[in-house]
Amino acid sequence: MTREKKLYLSAKGVTKIFGLGRQKTLAVDNVDIDLYEGEVVSIVGESGSGKTTLSKILLGLISQTEGEIFFQGVKRDINSHAKKREYWKNIQAIFQDPFSSYNIFNKIDTVLLDCINMRGGRYFPREKKIEMMTEACSFVNLKFEELTNKYPFELSGGQMQRLMIARIFLLQPKILLADEPTSMIDACSRATILDELMHLRKEIGMTIIFITHDIGLAYYVSDKVYIMEKGRFVESGSADEVILTPRHDYTKRLLSDVPKIHEEWDLSTV
Amino acid sequence: MTTTMLEVNELSTKYITRFREDVYAVDKVSLKVEEGKSLGIAGESGCGKSTLALSLMGYYFPPLHYTSGDIIINGKNISGLNPDHVRKTILGKEIAYIPQAAMNALNPTRKIIHFIEDVILEHEMYVNKKDIYERAKKLFETLGLPPEVLQRYPVELSGGMKQRTVIAISVLLLPKVLIADEPSSALDVTSQKMVIKMLKHLMEAGFISSMIFITHELPLLYNVVDDIMVMYAGQIVEKGTSHEMVFDPIHPYSKGLMGSIIVPEEGLRDVKLTAIPGVPPNLKKPPAGCRFAERCKFVRPECRVISVPYREAGNGRVYRCIIPEAELREAYSREERTK
Repeated sequence: MTREKKLYLSAKGVTKIFGLGRQKTLAVDNVDIDLYEGEVVSIVGESGSGKTTLSKILLGLISQTEGEIFFQGVKRDINSHAKKREYWKNIQAIFQDPFSSYNIFNKIDTVLLDCINMRGGRYFPREKKIEMMTEACSFVNLKFEELTNKYPFELSGGQMQRLMIARIFLLQPKILLADEPTSMIDACSRATILDELMHLRKEIGMTIIFITHDIGLAYYVSDKVYIMEKGRFVESGSADEVILTPRHDYTKRLLSDVPKIHEEWDLSTV
Repeated sequence: MTTTMLEVNELSTKYITRFREDVYAVDKVSLKVEEGKSLGIAGESGCGKSTLALSLMGYYFPPLHYTSGDIIINGKNISGLNPDHVRKTILGKEIAYIPQAAMNALNPTRKIIHFIEDVILEHEMYVNKKDIYERAKKLFETLGLPPEVLQRYPVELSGGMKQRTVIAISVLLLPKVLIADEPSSALDVTSQKMVIKMLKHLMEAGFISSMIFITHELPLLYNVVDDIMVMYAGQIVEKGTSHEMVFDPIHPYSKGLMGSIIVPEEGLRDVKLTAIPGVPPNLKKPPAGCRFAERCKFVRPECRVISVPYREAGNGRVYRCIIPEAELREAYSREERTK
């Protein structure tokens, strides 16, 4: 017997227009997306296809021009700062550039403590907080003892990105939005980051949305893939369906542009 | 009989930091590139790939310093020459270098043609500007770039176009060796493909005789180069043809690297990516024995003590490990079975 999966987040007809008059640009064009519990979804597109704008709308950092967003079946309300804070307990993000994701004046302890405070652990005893932070760091194979009293710039890119995952571990959101989490990191650390993200997903059972231009990565991690071109979803479906039997020309082109190792890479098509 | 274009014998270079500490970034690297061949250098970030590229030019500026070894380009030894002399007679003519963020090198207040004039006037005196324009136009046409680009400012061009323009400028004086250090890592897949196509065209059309290509993206490297060299902590750990290196690596580090390849092909989802735990060693105090010992699964006590020599594996293939090839392969197949 399969249990009906809960619908976490859904967007209906979301449109975003930047600018006015002649300068008007349509960044996101009438997009529908449904995210269920425990799913991993990828949104793939080239630069300028509107995938980051869509992710910002889903996060509530910018508002949509048209359309509705429903969170757990109820229309999302983030009109006040308090309501936004409440919403962000459920949805969190990892961004592309780990170097600019941290406040450079805050020590790493502060970064992790903020997460505990946000989860309602403000009045926990000191030992408990340290224990929680140590647990979170060891989850991503970092040592908390080595990180205390350090500033973010003393870490490498890979370590910073892993610390981001440790943050998510403490926050335990329902949805994680990963906006190109591995594009600034070399291929070897990429495997580590992905492993840890997937492990975390199993641990706390959250939904992950990957925003990426790397179609191989999307295929590797996700259950469902959406291909985005010029603000629209041109193709969507299960990962195997979209990547192995692409139907839309844009998907075919994207796939042919990626170097592969078992097939010949045709250079004559550009 | 093929001629050797670039030969490097036991090249070592180091960085000297503000605090007078030595960082041994390239340690006794030897390599050979023959005419018409391309060599790829792979490795994770911080393992000395880019420093090796800088060192190969023979043009050292602080904090990078030359320690020992020879660099022989087309029969000419350029190591230890006066940097000014190297810049005027070697760079651009014998060896050209495309750095990682090459497109940011273009001054936004000048037109593309001005950069070309700069390069040619630096190396050849008494050239008419009109001749330069004609020459540049011809070059751009052969390379498949629209000649209108010459009269444009860098801000008017897209990232991929800027990158291709920089590559075109770097081959103006027909260098023997081209070193491309991550030329496409800041570009999207389509522009990346255009850049790669252009580099391949340069080789085929005889603009350059050989190429060194540096990247951490292994599927790309596999499609571009003939031979792959894997670097770790300033040293070469394995060298072989690209097919051998991707499908049949010997050294545990190469094995780990090749296990992190992600390509959108059938069967990828069943593969478990192998991640190499830990970080590369601090090169201020490089470990005495094998530099990979700290992160190696098959580490033995003697690994940390004796310096490991290269071993031959036939067909010009070398690897640097204390454990013989057969034993390593056996260990890999055992691992495969337990999965």
